Amino acid sequence: MRSHGAHPPSLTWKARATRWRRGLVGLAAFLLLAQLLGSSGVLSRSVLPLASTVLARAAGLAASPRFLTDLAATLAAWAAGLATAAAVAVPCGLILGSVPGVRSATRALVEFLRPIPAVVLIPLVALLLGPGLRMNVTLIAYAAVWPVLLNTIYGLDDVDPLAKETLRAFGFGRIAVIRRVCLPSAAPFIVTGIRLASSVAIVVSIGIGVVTGRIDGNGIGAFIADASTSAPNTAVVLAAALWAGVLGLALNALIAWAGRWALPWQRSYPGERG
Amino acid sequence: MNRIAVRWLVLAAGCAAWQAWATWHRSPFFPPPSAIVARMYGLWFSGPATHLLLTPSATSNILPSLGRVCGGLAIAIAVGVPLGIALGRSAAASAYLEPLLHFGRSMPAVAFVTVFTVVFSLGTQSEVAFIAFGTTWPILLNTIDGARSVDALQAETARAFRLPLGSRITKLIVPATLPKLFAGLRISVSLALVLMVVSELVGSGNGIGYQMNNASGDYDLTGLWAGIVLLGILGYALNAAVLGIEHHVLAWHRGAHRLTS
Repeated sequence: MRSHGAHPPSLTWKARATRWRRGLVGLAAFLLLAQLLGSSGVLSRSVLPLASTVLARAAGLAASPRFLTDLAATLAAWAAGLATAAAVAVPCGLILGSVPGVRSATRALVEFLRPIPAVVLIPLVALLLGPGLRMNVTLIAYAAVWPVLLNTIYGLDDVDPLAKETLRAFGFGRIAVIRRVCLPSAAPFIVTGIRLASSVAIVVSIGIGVVTGRIDGNGIGAFIADASTSAPNTAVVLAAALWAGVLGLALNALIAWAGRWALPWQRSYPGERG
Repeated sequence: MNRIAVRWLVLAAGCAAWQAWATWHRSPFFPPPSAIVARMYGLWFSGPATHLLLTPSATSNILPSLGRVCGGLAIAIAVGVPLGIALGRSAAASAYLEPLLHFGRSMPAVAFVTVFTVVFSLGTQSEVAFIAFGTTWPILLNTIDGARSVDALQAETARAFRLPLGSRITKLIVPATLPKLFAGLRISVSLALVLMVVSELVGSGNGIGYQMNNASGDYDLTGLWAGIVLLGILGYALNAAVLGIEHHVLAWHRGAHRLTS
């Protein structure tokens, strides 16, 4: 059996059921294999825990007040960082995308700042702001700015010039054209940028915790750092990583849903770039 | 040409403004660019000509870091590309495995750094394995997408003419996969640098991240900035290198697109 191109846009109910079934079978087979490798002794249990142990720990974490406090802290840092990034990046993107002179002038700065990953700045920002929520939000915002900024600019490039010219011909000013044509038409790109930024934000927030440990405040990263120091508890680390994956998928779905709700005129989303 | 000149001019103006501001304020956190460049030169690039001007500190820190990045990426390519092609060409196999792979990718790789040090014990091998683990996902998932995008008519024609599997892979599937593969590779290259720094900040005996850890412990902010600027330059250079290879390898692809569109 061979695939022909991408998935067809509308799958029948039966085809969808088959896909779900196969996905679940694959998942079960993977877990079974991991379990067998561990219990047969091929992988030493002192090195990698059994799959069943990891799943049991993950279930236990869902009821652990300490883990839930850390989860809430990660969510708070994620929300504050992402909101800051959007508040900075969308207006900047609107300016860079609609004023060609500013764009080519700042392009070099953007190109040289963007390759510096946020985790590289952890030691500097830790000394500058001191550990805590402020440092977390600053680093998350720095990392999350780029996808939103670039996607906003791409979105403005994609605006129908005829619509802009029409409004201009009717005597609308630059601001009015941006507000009535450019922003609504770039909005789906901005949503895509925020979705990309959301996963970046989770990675950065967990990365900070893993690197600096508990002194930096609460969060899933700090939880993982706790579980890795002194007597490393790999099962707990893997369980926490499992929940971090679930969190990422859930937040991604939430933003996609919010985008569809806020922009009902948009049927499909542009490709993810940035 | 003019646009590139403007770009460099703006960058130079930005550096000059920073220099002026830093000499005026004497903020310990933002040393002037001249001090950072001087530190980078003294730390890494003032060695003998026989060592390509690299100091012992550069050969014992920058080279191991770059080696880990390249080693991890090489493993990621060796694993991700064949597996991705196989999964992309088999609808059944990808239906069984894709949900699992998408979930695997959604887990932030940085969360696993300590797991790798437990499994592979502290050292270069665990850092390389960690980088390979994290960078395999974008390459694998993009290769699956690319292999799936082989033109159905071309695939049918190849089968009708009983083209052997080997030439079907090299002549049909790999060329169709390459554009997506490079998209994944670009993501993986930036990610590799991030993972390298994280693994070295968490615990390592040498490397750029190790030096930055020491600098931050000594409140040596100029040294810290030297590491940041070096990593920025490395990120820029690695990305430019991949873009250059992509440009070279995919020249036919752009040509073909120009013909059809």
